[in-house]
Amino acid sequence: MTAYPLKRLVIAFATLVLASMVVFAVLEILPGDPARLMLGMNASADQVELLRTQMGLNAPLVLRYLHWAGGLLSLDFGRSYTYSVPVIDLVRERLAVSLPLALIALALSTIIAIPVGLYSASRRGRAGDTVAMGAAQLGVAVPNFWFALMLIYVFAVWLRLVPAGGFPGWGAGAWPALKSLLLPAVALALPQAAILARVTRSALIEVLNEDYIRTARAKGLPYRAVLWRHALRNAMIPVLTILGLQFAFLLAGTIIIENVFYLPGLGRLVFQAITQRDLIVVESVVMLLVAAVIAVNLLVDLSYAVVDPRLRTRS
Amino acid sequence: MSLLEIDNLSLTIGDTQILKSIELSVAPGEVMGLVGESGSGKSMTALTVMRLLPHAARATGRVTFDGIDILTATEDQMCALRGDDIGMVFQEPMTALNPVKTIGEQVAEGIRWHTKATRAEAEDRARKMLDRVGLPEAKFPLSRYPHELSGGQRQRVVIAIACALKPKLLIADEPTTALDVVLQAQILDLLRDLVAESRMGLLLISHDLAVVTEMADRITILRHGEVMEAGDTARTLSGQLHPYTRQLAQASMHVPARARPHLVGTDQPLLQVEGITRDYRGRRTSLFRRAPDIRAVDDVSLSIAPGESVALVGRSGCGKSTLARMILALDRPSSGAIRFRGEAITGKSEAELKPARRDMQVVFQDPYGSFDPRQKVEKLVAEPLHVLEKKPTRAERREMVAHALHEVGLGQRDMDKYPHEFSGGQRQRLSIARAIITRPKLVVADEPVSALDVSIRAQILDLFAGLNQKLGIAYLFITHDLTVARAITAEVLVMHDGKIVERGKTNEVLDRPQSEAAQALVAAAPDLHRAIARRMQEQG
Amino acid sequence: MTMHVDIPDETLAGILAKAFRNTAFVTGFVITLLILAMALISYIWTPYDVTKLVIADKTQGPSLAHLFGTDHFGRDILSMVMVGARNSIAVALVAVGIGVGVGVPLGAFAAARGGLVDEALMRVNDLVFAFPALLSAIMITAIFGPGAVNAIIAIGIFNIPVFARVARAGALAIWPREFILAARAAGKSSTQISIEHVLPNIATLLLVQGTIQFALGILAEAGLSYLGLGAQPPMPSWGRMLFDAQTRMVVAPWMAIFPGMAIVITVLGLNLLGDGIADILDPKSRRQR
Repeated sequence: MTAYPLKRLVIAFATLVLASMVVFAVLEILPGDPARLMLGMNASADQVELLRTQMGLNAPLVLRYLHWAGGLLSLDFGRSYTYSVPVIDLVRERLAVSLPLALIALALSTIIAIPVGLYSASRRGRAGDTVAMGAAQLGVAVPNFWFALMLIYVFAVWLRLVPAGGFPGWGAGAWPALKSLLLPAVALALPQAAILARVTRSALIEVLNEDYIRTARAKGLPYRAVLWRHALRNAMIPVLTILGLQFAFLLAGTIIIENVFYLPGLGRLVFQAITQRDLIVVESVVMLLVAAVIAVNLLVDLSYAVVDPRLRTRS
Repeated sequence: MSLLEIDNLSLTIGDTQILKSIELSVAPGEVMGLVGESGSGKSMTALTVMRLLPHAARATGRVTFDGIDILTATEDQMCALRGDDIGMVFQEPMTALNPVKTIGEQVAEGIRWHTKATRAEAEDRARKMLDRVGLPEAKFPLSRYPHELSGGQRQRVVIAIACALKPKLLIADEPTTALDVVLQAQILDLLRDLVAESRMGLLLISHDLAVVTEMADRITILRHGEVMEAGDTARTLSGQLHPYTRQLAQASMHVPARARPHLVGTDQPLLQVEGITRDYRGRRTSLFRRAPDIRAVDDVSLSIAPGESVALVGRSGCGKSTLARMILALDRPSSGAIRFRGEAITGKSEAELKPARRDMQVVFQDPYGSFDPRQKVEKLVAEPLHVLEKKPTRAERREMVAHALHEVGLGQRDMDKYPHEFSGGQRQRLSIARAIITRPKLVVADEPVSALDVSIRAQILDLFAGLNQKLGIAYLFITHDLTVARAITAEVLVMHDGKIVERGKTNEVLDRPQSEAAQALVAAAPDLHRAIARRMQEQG
Repeated sequence: MTMHVDIPDETLAGILAKAFRNTAFVTGFVITLLILAMALISYIWTPYDVTKLVIADKTQGPSLAHLFGTDHFGRDILSMVMVGARNSIAVALVAVGIGVGVGVPLGAFAAARGGLVDEALMRVNDLVFAFPALLSAIMITAIFGPGAVNAIIAIGIFNIPVFARVARAGALAIWPREFILAARAAGKSSTQISIEHVLPNIATLLLVQGTIQFALGILAEAGLSYLGLGAQPPMPSWGRMLFDAQTRMVVAPWMAIFPGMAIVITVLGLNLLGDGIADILDPKSRRQR
């Protein structure tokens, strides 16, 4: 393996380890006793002590971290305090909602944004570009949860095409389930698509000003061929960067959007766990989301090397 | 019958007139040299022929190529011409190739597009073409990427792309300006051979009169978008009938008037460099391995007496700029010592360096990049006053800046302007004013005139010579241009691969070079006298 | 990734003249000014008192008396939007201040030092970027208690690496320039050079990023207060108003429309302002004209 991918891999792993320490430490330095926090102010000292022992809070710090981190690695996240079930079961159940939601949103945003960006860049300064970029400018400014409310008003309340919220579960069949994910996915995707379209356009325009584009034109390639064969691939790097960042945004976005649509997803789980002080669920889900972000960023870093040969120097 | 015929061509971009009634023609097998200083409209003429002008450009007149009216041709017709019948080579080889495509793909692409050849056929032709331009398959397989090639090699790839389909006309826009003299000579030879092989017409665009004289059968001299003079190269340049032609030719060969070198007592050298070496760590090739260290400067020793002018010449990448940085204490040598006025400057802290910095200043190559665009001239020129022991008052500072500006031929009023309000030549004067404001004993000048047009270059060389006479400043002139070295210095050091390979009196070394590196430099350097003489013989 | 930094070489007067011919800039500037004015006016005057509940007037549609209608407690929505602007702007602005104040020196320092210092800083940046900002903000506000101050801290922390990254990338593009070498040859220290030469030259870059983060801050604050983690009642906030509107969408859609429009217009104004500034100061866009 050459230097670049290996370096990215090492960095990603180190970031993951550091992140787990941060998550552990943050919940560790919480003001007050986590057991007391979870049980509330009215709990007796005995109850608190019992929970402390159950949670292993009386062991030394380093041991507790190692125990927790080891658990994470073997997918043993512990038991939820409020739901009294293993956290892994909760996560598995909730992922079945959040993962399709995030993927549909990401796909939707990419499918809309890249063609719009291409169109705008190739028609720079003309009416089509102005309209598309005006819409994108507006899209960037819209908060996704407000957009979600408007979508509910139009499509659920007014037109009654889709449910206003809730999730029937995959057991009820794929179509009803997908239907209830449709509005949330659109609400998540459109503002992101606006950002992505703007980035695609400006990356393309930047590349179209490069000297090698002129070389390609001097070869006799028509403008469209130059755009597809030479400009697009070079413009991919900033686009990939934004795609990676958007994944993190989408994950966080699910927290709010799942609340708007009452979807039983990971975001709603973590939000409820935070308000209910179910720390074991909080730290597990946060770690899971952080790991997902790190993994996606690693994927983006590695795909740079696929796009750009300068990053895969021969050893 | 001409291959390319430009008739009464005028060009405007927005409200700006770029070209005025240009007349120019190129016959098959002929080399037409298009010469002019920056902003004369040379490149725009070329882009008009290719119809690759910016959107806002409007051209009038007639451009005929091989019977086709270029200005009224459809875009499809132009696409059919470009890369097939007309090839073009650009100035900047480092950015002219697509970084994410292999050189094979880039050469074969045009072939496939125009001839509908299969991939294998196109690759085969690309392979032959790359071999023809000096990139044989064994060393440069088609799968190489541009970043794996040097500047000279990349320019060969660009030429291969342009000539892959044996065009009738090749347009080369400053094809060697970004290369050093040795590479320049090689690329020019290649172009000459390609023209001879296939009776291709060549429109060679250059700011360098010597290069064009060596290459061109006929020349056209352009200024401010107008043709000043055109004709056979030999007759035009030997006659020098037009005043602008004369001015260009004289500026190209200008040697500042100098009395004896101004020497101020020779008991102690001003600068002594003793066996310095600079290693850079090799690039990491994997997590645990590095390429071997690169030795940029290898055991170099030199000394400069007070008031002496020394040239340091060498090809690009030979280590001359690294050496200059170490002398200026901007970089630390890996080993060896540098003494300035007898005191070591290596390994000293910034505070201890202050006295040395007062007496040692620098002039850089790029008159645009060497000033902070956010500051006014007064602050910029006064920057080195920072090292004075006693901080001057504001009034004193203005006085000193005014004096320095006066010495370089600028006025007191210029003090309150921003750098962008000056032309390239004036900015180089500002650079010099900044360098002499502390009354230094040594000025290190790194390619100080290579970014300037010839007429401006002559003036700046005069200024350097005059300040040497007047203030007794010693110079270390770093240059790849032998005419500059000859014009301004008495001593020369020739550097190659990090080592000083030859040293001596400038005239002697340049007239009778001993080392292989110096011989290569001298042989490759374009020389207007020599070129005109040769043309005279050929064209009678 | 490397960043391309072009330094515009113009005087202030020239830039201003160009600014007022730039549609995006002028539109953004006017919108931003109006929103700021609205927030300031709300300190001395609002159509109605936002703390007084008038149940008799609850959920009335837009009318001459209540231009934007009233909410479920009979409060005037226009007045609440005006007062809510204060909170949004204050939170986002202070959060940008935190990001600039901490991030820019860090980024400039990393660029000036290079080597291990730089590497360490970038790794810390990677670490912060690994936490989805909104998730962490929710954690911070949930753990330390909801409220405007904690919202500011939560949003501000995530502005730090953004500004550090932009400042570092900008500074790295400035450092190899010849005028920096000239300053070094004049004996200036790296701190002096950073302050005198590097910062002024990346100021426009930071200004553009500042407007972007300001806009993102407004959105983030709205999100947090929508979840009940931002400013607490009775202080009105745009996000909170949307939360209250959600269950009353059918009977009182104006409760959702107007606060949402306020967010959209504010963010749009700031983005246009940022685009305008970038456009004016980017020499490449000038060359095209």
